[in-house]
Parts: sequence; C-alpha cells; structure tokens
Amino acid sequence: MLTREYMLNWAMIAALLFVPLAAWTLDEPFIITLATKAAILALAGVGLNIALGQGGLISLGHAAFFGIGGYAMGILAAHAQNYEPLFGWPFLFEGSNQMPLIWLVAVAASASAALVIGALSLRTSGVYFIMITLAFGQMLYYFAISWSAYGGEDGLSIWVRNEFPGLNTLDPIQFFAIAYVILCLALFFAARLARSPFGLALAAARQNEDRVEAVGLTPFTLRLTAFVISGAITGLAGALFADLNRFVSPTMLSWHTSGEIMIFVILGGVGRLYGPVAGAALYILLEHLLGGISDYWQIFLGLLLLLIVLFARGGLIGALAGREKAHG
Amino acid sequence: MTYILVLEQILNGLQFGVMLFLMAAGLTLVFGVMGLINLAHGSLYMVGAFAAAAVAGWTGSFLLALIASLAAAAAAGALMELVVIRRLYRRDHLDQVLATFALILIFSEGTRWLFGSFPLFLDVPPYLSGPVTLPGGIEYPLYRLAIILIGLAIAAGLFLLIARTRIGIQIRAGEADREMIAALGVDISKLYTLVFALGAALAGLAGALVGAIQSVQVGMGEPVLILAFVVIVIGGIGSIKGALAGALLVGMTDTLGGVFLPRLFTLFMEPASAASAGASLASMLIYILMAGVLLVRPSGLYGGSA
Amino acid sequence: MADAVLRTKKLNKSFGALQASRDVSLDLRPGEIHALIGPNGAGKSTLIKQIAGNIAPDSGKVELLGRDVTALDTVARARMGLGRTFQISALAMEYTVLQNAVLGALGGQGRPYRLFRNVMKDPALLEPARDALERVGLSDDAGRRTADLSHGQRRQLEVAVALTLQPKLFLMDEPMAGLGSAGSKALTGFLDDLRQEAPILLVEHDMDAVFALADRISVLVYGQIIATGTAADIRANAEVRRAYLGEEDAA
Repeated sequence: MLTREYMLNWAMIAALLFVPLAAWTLDEPFIITLATKAAILALAGVGLNIALGQGGLISLGHAAFFGIGGYAMGILAAHAQNYEPLFGWPFLFEGSNQMPLIWLVAVAASASAALVIGALSLRTSGVYFIMITLAFGQMLYYFAISWSAYGGEDGLSIWVRNEFPGLNTLDPIQFFAIAYVILCLALFFAARLARSPFGLALAAARQNEDRVEAVGLTPFTLRLTAFVISGAITGLAGALFADLNRFVSPTMLSWHTSGEIMIFVILGGVGRLYGPVAGAALYILLEHLLGGISDYWQIFLGLLLLLIVLFARGGLIGALAGREKAHG
Repeated sequence: MTYILVLEQILNGLQFGVMLFLMAAGLTLVFGVMGLINLAHGSLYMVGAFAAAAVAGWTGSFLLALIASLAAAAAAGALMELVVIRRLYRRDHLDQVLATFALILIFSEGTRWLFGSFPLFLDVPPYLSGPVTLPGGIEYPLYRLAIILIGLAIAAGLFLLIARTRIGIQIRAGEADREMIAALGVDISKLYTLVFALGAALAGLAGALVGAIQSVQVGMGEPVLILAFVVIVIGGIGSIKGALAGALLVGMTDTLGGVFLPRLFTLFMEPASAASAGASLASMLIYILMAGVLLVRPSGLYGGSA
Repeated sequence: MADAVLRTKKLNKSFGALQASRDVSLDLRPGEIHALIGPNGAGKSTLIKQIAGNIAPDSGKVELLGRDVTALDTVARARMGLGRTFQISALAMEYTVLQNAVLGALGGQGRPYRLFRNVMKDPALLEPARDALERVGLSDDAGRRTADLSHGQRRQLEVAVALTLQPKLFLMDEPMAGLGSAGSKALTGFLDDLRQEAPILLVEHDMDAVFALADRISVLVYGQIIATGTAADIRANAEVRRAYLGEEDAA
C-alpha cells in the first residue's frame, strides 16, 4: 500500500543518501559531515523511539546510553593509541581501534546500563519515570566529570578515527556510508519490531496495561526489553558520534543531550518510524541555517518546538503525510 | 577530623537542603495541584538570580535585589503560566516535558542574549558578610546562616499557608478533586496562576540567595532542577512535607558525602586514588540514595499510590 | 464439590472502616454459569479484583483449578486459564479489532518475545483470533479501529479476546452493560452455549439475563454473601427479597 507516509519515508532516506553524494562530487566535505551527523543523530532517535514511540516510555535519560557508547569508543581507542593495556587479566587487552569491536562493546555496555536503569525506573510510571530516568542520566554525567582517569570534565580526544576493515574511515564519504548503512539497518529492525509479536504486545501495554495483564503478558518485562533494545541502539549511535568528532566528553551524557534526542523524535513526529530521520535532518538544517544568522538560534528552536507541541502534534511527517492510520 | 568540621558540614548540608526545598516546594505544588511536570522551573531560578544581580548592580541594595528576584520570577512564572502552561494541563506528560524543555531553550538563550555569556556576580552585603561565632565555638559564615534561617522561615510560612489559609484550603482541595472545587465556585484558572507564580517566586528567591555564593550564569538552574526532582522522587510527589524531608536528606547526603567519602577512602587506599574514587562515589551518592528509596517505597517517603 | 474450577475461601478485605468483603466463600463448578448479583456498592468489584489478582485479600484464599493462587498476580492467574472481561472495556483503542484479538491469541500462546516475525501474518495467531471474532459476530468489523466501535461492539470484543485465551474459566464483569435489548439477547444465547466450554462467573445487573442463564446465583450485600442457590431458590429467599429485590420492586 503506497501511503503518503510510505513514499515520504523513502524520499527522506533517498535524500539523506543523495545530498552527501552530490556534495562528494562537488567536493564539499563539510556537507558530507553534516549529513553524517544527521544520520548518527537519527540513529540515536531511532533508539529512543522504540522506548518512546512504541513503548510510551518517556525517558529523559537516554543521553546516558548515548554517552556510554561514546565513552566505550573513547576508552578503547585511548588505550589502543597510548599502548596502555586496558586490563591484563584474564587475557591481555590493549584496547582497540577497530570499529566493529568498539560497536560491540558500546552496545553491550549501554544495554547493560539500560537493564539496570530500566529495572529500577520501570518500577514506577508517569512523572516518576521521567524524573528518575533524568536523574540516573545526570548521575552518570557527574560520574564522568569526576572520573579523572578518562579526562574528567575535559573529555577524551582521539587522534585518528578508528578503523573499519576494508574502508578508509578518514574519507568523509566512506564514514558517511558506514553511518548510513547502520541507520538503514536500525530502521529496518525498528520496523520489523513494530510489526512483531513483541511490538504488538509492547504497544498494547502503552495503550492499556490491564488488557495486557489480562491476556497473561507482563508489561514490566515487555517494557524492560524495549528499554534495553532502545538503550543499545542509542549507545551504538553514541559510539559513532564520538568517532565522528574523535572526541567524547561528559556533554554527551548531559540532560540537554537527552532533550535533544527527544527533540529529533518529536520534530519528525511521535510514533512515526522515520520521525527521527526527519527530525534529526531538520535539526541539523536549523542549526546550520539559523546558527549562521544568530548565535542564539536555539531560541528559534525552542519556539518551533513549542509551536509543534502546542499546535501541530504530528510533527513534520504529520504535516506532510496526514493523520496516522490504524496499523493493520 | 574534628567535631567542628563535622558541625560545619552539617550546617552546609542544611543550607543546601533548605535551598533545594525552595526549588522543590514549587515543583511539587505545581505537580500536586495541576498535575504538571515543569522542566522550566530551573529557568525561574535563573530569572530570579539575574534580576537580583541586575537590581543590585543598579541600586547597590541587597534587599531590593531580593525583592526584585521574587517579583521578577513571580512575573515570569505568571506569564509562563498564562501563555503556555495552561494549555498543557490536559495534555499528556510527553507534551509537558517537550513544551517546558522548549521554554528552557527560550529562557536560557534569551538570557544569554540579554546579559551575555559571562557570569555576573552578586555580592553579599557587608552586614551579612564575615563569620559569626556560634555556641560551641564554631565560626560560620553569617550569610549562610541567614540563608538557613530564611529558608526555614519560608518553609514554616508555607506550611501555615497551606494548613491555615483560604488559599491553602483551595490548594489542598485542588489536589483532591479539581472538578469539585471548580463546581464550588473557586476560580480555578486564577488559582492555578497564583500557585504557579508562588512556586516561581520561591525558585527565584533561591536563585538570588545562591547567586551571592556562587556566580549568576545561564544554565545555573538546571543542575538544581534535577536535584529538586531527586528530592521530590524521594519525598513523594505532591507532598510539601516530603519535599522538606527529601531536601534535607539530599542536602546532607551530598554535602557530607562530598567531604567525608574521600577521607573515608584514605583508610584503605592510597591518598591520590582515594580522593578520586571518593569524589566519584560522592557525586553519585544522592542518586544511589534515590534508587534505594525507590526499591523500598516506589512512590516516595510521603507519597500516596502514584 | 472437590473439582470446583474456582473457589474462594473466607475472603476478607477492608478499606479503612469499610469492609468490602466479609468471609466471602463461593465456588464455580465445571459447566455452570454462576451469577453474582448485588446492589451497587455491595463489593462485587472488590471481589472480582481479588479473584483476578489485582488486589490481595486481608485474609482468606483464592483457589484456581485446585491450586492456591492467593499470592499470584493477575498475569500468572491469566496464564493458568482465567479469562476476564472488564466492566469498563479495557482494550487497545488504537488497534484494529483484529489486532486486539491477535493480542489475546498471543497471550494465550505465551511467546511474545519474538522480534522479527510479522505478527499479523502468523496463522497460529490469526486463526484463533478470527475464530473468536466470528463467534461473537465481529468478523465484518475486524479491520476497524477499536476506538471507532460502538459501546456494544466493544463488549463483544472483550468477550472475543477472552475467548482467544482458551481459558479454563471466564470471569465476566457486567458483559451486558450498555447493550441494547437485541444485543443483550444475542449475548445471552452465546453465553448459554459457552458454559459447556468453560464455566462462567458472571457479575451482571441485567436480571433477565441472570435469571435466564444462571445455574446458581449468589447474592452479595454489604460485602457478604447472603444466599446462594438456583434462580428459584433466590426468588423465594426472603432475605434476598428484603435486601435486594425488595429495593428493586420499590423503585
């Protein structure tokens, strides 16, 4: 069924590919970097959207997972570049500058953190959940600031971008390709998830908890699973983001980052699978265009967000594709 | 480690706690009465601090500065409520989070635009500076002592307001049943604006009082806001009593943990790593406290069923 | 009877000074419809919630299929075969009718942690879901959004979702409420047959339906069961007439 949203989704994915390719032929590496940033931030949003859009879990602490992914990259790469073993037992491990391994560690670490934070936070609901996820995010932020071994407040710089077998990651278009492929895989995964038995039960728990319990399913475990998957994807985005900047700092863990990831989801449209792509692209565009006009461009971002929340709840995709239909 | 140091740190914890209470009281009132989560409460704290710094700069009077902080934050709060917040009462929490996050962006960048990025300084007036000798021979800064007293006085006033006055009765009724008090002829939208402005004024005052110890800068409200959330989660949402208990608990834990944990760690670690491990753990202590309270009482110390 | 499917033993529950359940003992036997009636505020909802596992009794026991389930939660009791319909429809309102039924089938199947298969193309879930919709007469509405259904259709869907669980017993809280007389008659006929599949504990205000259907009726007044018996017993019971039917007649 070719709905407008369906076509719009393909158009966005195509545009996100086309723009950097065009910039590559025109030799405009800065635009490629912007597109890479948009793809990575969209990936973070895709992660959050599994908890927020599908599960209805308003997590204001996803910066924790984004930052953990970032620090996973930073720590592994720092040890590798300084030739200081990370640990010597049970085997000698000298860190790594190989992206696949870094991603694996980032995903495992952020998923574990999501498991612990989720298991505690999901005991509550509503406003408590929002405040508690926010607080745990802030806890890690302060921990990173006080953790002087890895740069503390100043963060951690990496001299050379990490490697991916067979590619030259220092070439902007090749690094973009990595981010883009991962984003597409994540979108595919999120779409499958939404239509899976798990997705059906998860979204039902958002709509009516009593119903889900009455058919013998446990909302808590459904939500915790979603929270862990969500945190893992956002963590992977964090590793890529740190690699893009070759830098990780506590800012990645700050609650502003949580708010921004949420903005990507909302600007695009809550509950829309491709909402984060539209939202992150719009965000980067605004940052670039408005940021060029005024140092205080976030005032306009705030006003835009306010207007969308108060008057245009469907976000960008809602405005372009119309009201969401019942899935079927 | 002398007992004077311990007492001094307890007073510091108390001072931090009463400041947190001023923030948390407004948040918890607004949540209890209107069912609204307001992330922009920290912006009102910042508005109060900037208003105080500006007025102190023009007039040189600290008292006028404090009055200005109350007035400016109350006015900003009332405006915020009238223009944005009242459209959010019937919305879900996600919309409230987003809209108030948008307000933070607007307030923070707006303030940066007006005042610049450099911190302002608000001086402690001469009659409140310098140490004072307390019974037991403890030298303690007079200004911090004044903050404790002001904070406790306001807490007492707030309890009286809610327990004894007409407005307090309406506030308590509003927590119990919104439709009922509307049916009884109370102008509910005016009440909401009033409660919101009251909470804002308290946050503004806290901002001004703390502004004289630290510096006045954009974004200063946000760390305090998040601590106030921790306070509310610990105390139980909607409960003023819970806010006071939570604020003192968080204030003490954070202050004492920050000072004594690193020292404690030196007992079994070498000094350098003890200092850093102690500081790391201390920075997370209140969140661990929060997690502990949640495990035992998911709706907070004084919370009903959430 | 030893083989009662559901049995409560001396359930007590108080909320402050209000005693909502007072030594409530009842049972549900294979093949029967056991109706629970009583005036508003008699404690029917509280009793239902204790049976379903939403609230714990202060004292007493709930046994399901001969097993003490007092300490188990709603999910565990549903898994044991308790199929429940709610007084106020509890459905996923954004979903289609079919999706709600598939959710039930998914719960019945008990394997929700599959992340890739397309749930709406899984015959193992679709067949029982469509069957259940067919049985309650909602087949033609399968593709409609649940929020767009009429009140009566939502009641039907509630029953259909319970059916997909293939439960060992049904716990139905006012399934007739808000149905027109035609709908109520149709559902009465349906429940009449359903009892052969699994017994039903039926809380209902529609007295025509209760007296037409119930093998046994228990009357709950002020948290206490004052009588249990056949329709004829209950009609003839003086205490029931005074406490319950008497009020109805006077009104």
